[in-house]
Amino acid sequence: MKRANLALLIVLACLAALPLVGGAYALRLGTMACMYAILALSWNVVGGLAGYPSFATAAFFGFGAYATGVLLNAGLPLTVSILAALIGSFVLAGLLGAVLLRLRGHYFAIASLSLVGVLRELVNNATDLTGGGMGLNIPLASGSSIMADALFFFYGMWGLLLATALMVIAVSASKLGFGLVCIRQNETAANMIGLNATLYKSIAFGLSACFVAAAGGLYAAWVHYIDPSDVFDILYSVKPIVMTLMGGLGSPLGAACGAFLYLVLEEVVWRNYIQIHSGVLGVLIVALLLLLPHGLVSLRFRNFWRKAKHV
Amino acid sequence: MLAAQIIINALVLGCLYACIAIGFSLVWGVLNVINLIHGSIIVLGAYLAWGAYQSMAISPWYVLPVAVPVFFVFGYLLQRLLLNRVLHAPVLVTLTLTFGLDLILNNAMIYFFKADYRKLTLKPPMGSVSLFHVVVPVDRLIATVLALALTGLLYLLLRHSRIGRAIVAVRLDRDAAILMGVDVRSIYAIAFGIGAALAGCAGVLMALIFPISALTSSSYLDKAFVVCVLGGLGSVSGALAGGLLLALVEGIGSAAIGPAYATTLSFALLIVFLLFRPQGLLGRKGFE
Repeated sequence: MKRANLALLIVLACLAALPLVGGAYALRLGTMACMYAILALSWNVVGGLAGYPSFATAAFFGFGAYATGVLLNAGLPLTVSILAALIGSFVLAGLLGAVLLRLRGHYFAIASLSLVGVLRELVNNATDLTGGGMGLNIPLASGSSIMADALFFFYGMWGLLLATALMVIAVSASKLGFGLVCIRQNETAANMIGLNATLYKSIAFGLSACFVAAAGGLYAAWVHYIDPSDVFDILYSVKPIVMTLMGGLGSPLGAACGAFLYLVLEEVVWRNYIQIHSGVLGVLIVALLLLLPHGLVSLRFRNFWRKAKHV
Repeated sequence: MLAAQIIINALVLGCLYACIAIGFSLVWGVLNVINLIHGSIIVLGAYLAWGAYQSMAISPWYVLPVAVPVFFVFGYLLQRLLLNRVLHAPVLVTLTLTFGLDLILNNAMIYFFKADYRKLTLKPPMGSVSLFHVVVPVDRLIATVLALALTGLLYLLLRHSRIGRAIVAVRLDRDAAILMGVDVRSIYAIAFGIGAALAGCAGVLMALIFPISALTSSSYLDKAFVVCVLGGLGSVSGALAGGLLLALVEGIGSAAIGPAYATTLSFALLIVFLLFRPQGLLGRKGFE
């Protein structure tokens, strides 16, 4: 196993010890951190490895949230509902991917962006099933105390994050991951040497969607109320990209660390400057892209030493 | 008679859609950048018209000559100072950068103008004209005519001016344009400036018709996307065709299956076009 992947697992193990040191607020932040890391790691499969600029994260997040919400309201247990959302979105994304991933560059970006719009409008209009614009109330998962609930959802999200990380590590070590990198570098050439690019891309799109949908489902059960403008928020598509760019494109460790760092920044801005929080996010994005285009991973201590040698 | 009314409404709306989209289409075609800040610039233009009417009672059509240079300079500087640095970066970077800029501008507008919906109400109201039982409000008609005039102006600029020919040359083949002595960097900035100026003017016209709020910027942006993809990229006639098609589909669709599904319909149409005719109605194949 590569050193960076091992470091990722160690970071996750440290995160699991959070309940030992923090209270309910820390648990809430920890749950959000796990959720963001799931989104960033998942996006990295299709955006970082295969190089397709997908803006569809919000579509699958919302899909998972609504699938889980509807199933929970139908009386199914939480695990079954989330599992159904996971499998459902894998299949949905795989099928959509086979069609949409024929597009490249800007056209793919726009198509994936409009997927969010299509799903949001469908959910908005299917009032009988989803409550439409009024949103959907979701029954409480358990009647236990607030702290036990917080702990439950933290470990639930953490478990999903671990599963996502293992998936990403397995993908990058497998033939699939190698094929995706080939597709990013030169898709035509990859096709020429007999790599089934459509199949690979569809699987990658499915894998990048399924854990996002599961995270959406758990989020829905956690907050007990969802509405289309919340879970189909286009920011859920953009945030993972910013996190990954922050950490470094294509590196799972970078994506996860970028997600944690992003959450810290977001929380600080949200707490202190609620009026201008999205503007500050914008400034952050612009500064990041102009000043540190390769992410935090590109800042290596080795480079500092190298410079020192020259001097 | 209802059918005629629906079609006339769609034609009026289609010209406005075209006006929203031409600047976006120009920037996309020439700079190869999807300019996500476009929707917010439109809203800024609408606020300019609203502010001028509220404070000095200047009618929106007199605001247009002011809006053009103001927004041109804004766009020119934006491109020169920020976008120019990432122009050859992958799609992801340019998209995310313009998204960040959009967040800043949008948040600034919410901060200064609040999120309340404003409406520019002309006093006295201009009434409406009716012909064979088809009714069109006069202010909407004026906005349509001005939108068409702006579209025509851009067409003339691209066709007959030196700068316009240089912009088209850069769009067709950047490297050849460089070899012919075109200063590509300044053409990029000028094209972005023109795009911003058109967005600002479109906003001024929208203020006549639609409520104004920073929250509406994404719906303008969505329309620009769809129009560009339907009509074909980077050509004025393509934007006009796309705008009319979108307005017709929305108008007829919402009359036939209900207005709630009109947006879904336009997005579905967008995806179908992306897959089967990515060059749009009037675009040339293999042009991109």
